[in-house]
Amino acid sequence: MTDLRELYQETILDHYRQPRNTGRLDDANRTAEGYNPLCGDKVTLYLKVEEGVIRDARFEGSGCAIATASASLMTESIKGKREDEALRLLEKIHGMVTGGGQTGDVGKLAVLAGVHEFPQRVKCATLAWHTMKAALENVGEPVTTE
Amino acid sequence: MKLFDRLLHHDDLQAQFWRTDFPILKTRVQGKPLVYLDNAATTQKPLAVIEAESEYYGNYNANVHRGVHALSARATEAYEDARAKVQRFVNAASSDEIVFVRGTTEAINLVAQSYGRSRLQAGDEIILSQMEHHSNIVPWQMLCQQTGARLRIIPVNDQGELQLGIYEALLNERTRLVAVTHVSNALGTINPVKSIVELAHRRGVPVLLDGAQAIAHVPVDVQALDCDFYAFSAHKLYGPTGVGVLYGKMALLEAMPAYQGGGDMIRSVSFEETTYNTVPYKFEAGTPNIAGVIGLGVAVDYVGSIGFEALVSHEQALLSYATPLLADVPGLRIIGNAREKTGILSFVLEGVHPHDIGTILDGEGVAIRAGHHCTMPLMERFGVAATARASFALYNTRLEADALVAAVYKVREVFKP
Ligand SMILES: Cc1ncc(COP(=O)(O)O)c(C=O)c1O
Repeated sequence: MTDLRELYQETILDHYRQPRNTGRLDDANRTAEGYNPLCGDKVTLYLKVEEGVIRDARFEGSGCAIATASASLMTESIKGKREDEALRLLEKIHGMVTGGGQTGDVGKLAVLAGVHEFPQRVKCATLAWHTMKAALENVGEPVTTE
Repeated sequence: MKLFDRLLHHDDLQAQFWRTDFPILKTRVQGKPLVYLDNAATTQKPLAVIEAESEYYGNYNANVHRGVHALSARATEAYEDARAKVQRFVNAASSDEIVFVRGTTEAINLVAQSYGRSRLQAGDEIILSQMEHHSNIVPWQMLCQQTGARLRIIPVNDQGELQLGIYEALLNERTRLVAVTHVSNALGTINPVKSIVELAHRRGVPVLLDGAQAIAHVPVDVQALDCDFYAFSAHKLYGPTGVGVLYGKMALLEAMPAYQGGGDMIRSVSFEETTYNTVPYKFEAGTPNIAGVIGLGVAVDYVGSIGFEALVSHEQALLSYATPLLADVPGLRIIGNAREKTGILSFVLEGVHPHDIGTILDGEGVAIRAGHHCTMPLMERFGVAATARASFALYNTRLEADALVAAVYKVREVFKP
């Protein structure tokens, strides 16, 4: 149960119940779709990138608490970041949830660290992040977590 | 009420006794006793099955149908004995109608590629239902791409039952095959397959039944059903993975072209011409899963020793016990409320994704499945992306149903607003 409390922290539940930055972004210039075939989670990510800086980010989709909260937290944290900074953050988050759960300097995103005790849920936590990478690279195909 | 409860729980004693046959049920998960309720995915194996495989490898491992030596003779006898056991288990007219394959999936692919490909053409129709597992959809879609045939779909009503009136209307002079599941893996619905076969036969249309979810939970008599093909997997019948059965009526199997080419399926080979072996060997190319087949034979014996009367009455009692307890959980909706059901409880909980339910239940030692259960069209029909599914087998008890319900309350606690 202690691990579960780590996983379902108040911040995660809050972002699941009231996800931030949802809906279409009409002036987005980068979008991508992500899909997790295991649980059917879907996310569409809209980014507005100007001069290498992510000015705005929104997402649409349906998913579990981890996937939804992760997408919500991500959109909050990448706004205003340069593309390369956002991608470095992805590496850190990936390392945190697949590795030892060290939180390093990821700020509020540290609430996702509890996922590292639940290997089956790593894909939920990283779906939005991989989708962001695809959007920045403007890959046309939907990304999947497989 | 007290006395009635105690009488009901008496039935648990029986299951407690059966449990001792399954070594894995002593496992602890997260420090808690394992409550294994993912039986629709695969059932656990009794010790007799586990030992039968190791006994084959340890004492008489040899190839079948290929050796004059003693071990090969013994292996061949055990392999063919299993065929006879399966024949009796499903009451086939002949053991030659039992083809060993890799599982339900391969059985259906075999029929699609051998029977279907040789007989179907553009404009022909195959009838499936909205509640099919992907393995009873995709092989037919592939066949449609190859032949130009098309699929017609029997819809499901709100309770999770097939709409038979619509099925009747779908049957027409272009229908070449009906392929439906005996029992739904996502809803537990037991379909009226005897009527489905009868209606198809009136038009001379053969019927394949996907028995993956039925074989361990309802008695199956292929002659009484009069189905043309019946497919199932050993691993859902307390047997090993990697082995399954295609039952087919002899006349159909004989008329069908071979599925894969190789050893064992031939009578003689020259570079000019090959003559094929007889049914069922024609469809068993290459060295089969010998240990698996022998294990399946032992699994069939095991279920036979318990008997369907005891098994069905236990699983039905468990379903009747657990259904209202689960339905009482605030915000919980059971998907699949057919009148005739096996012990499958698929549900969604307001404000909680099934995947999160699965994780929290796992923390309580309760193993269920969360997802679309390889039935995406059915999920769409019910307007959900996924469900949580608990599925019972003969060794499950009311105590375990209680553990499930208690764990679901815990989910609500974690997610309470
Ligand atoms: C109804 C149904 N059909 C087919 C299958 C496929 O069985 P297998 O994966 O053993 O080939 C399953 C099992 O998941 C099933 O539940």
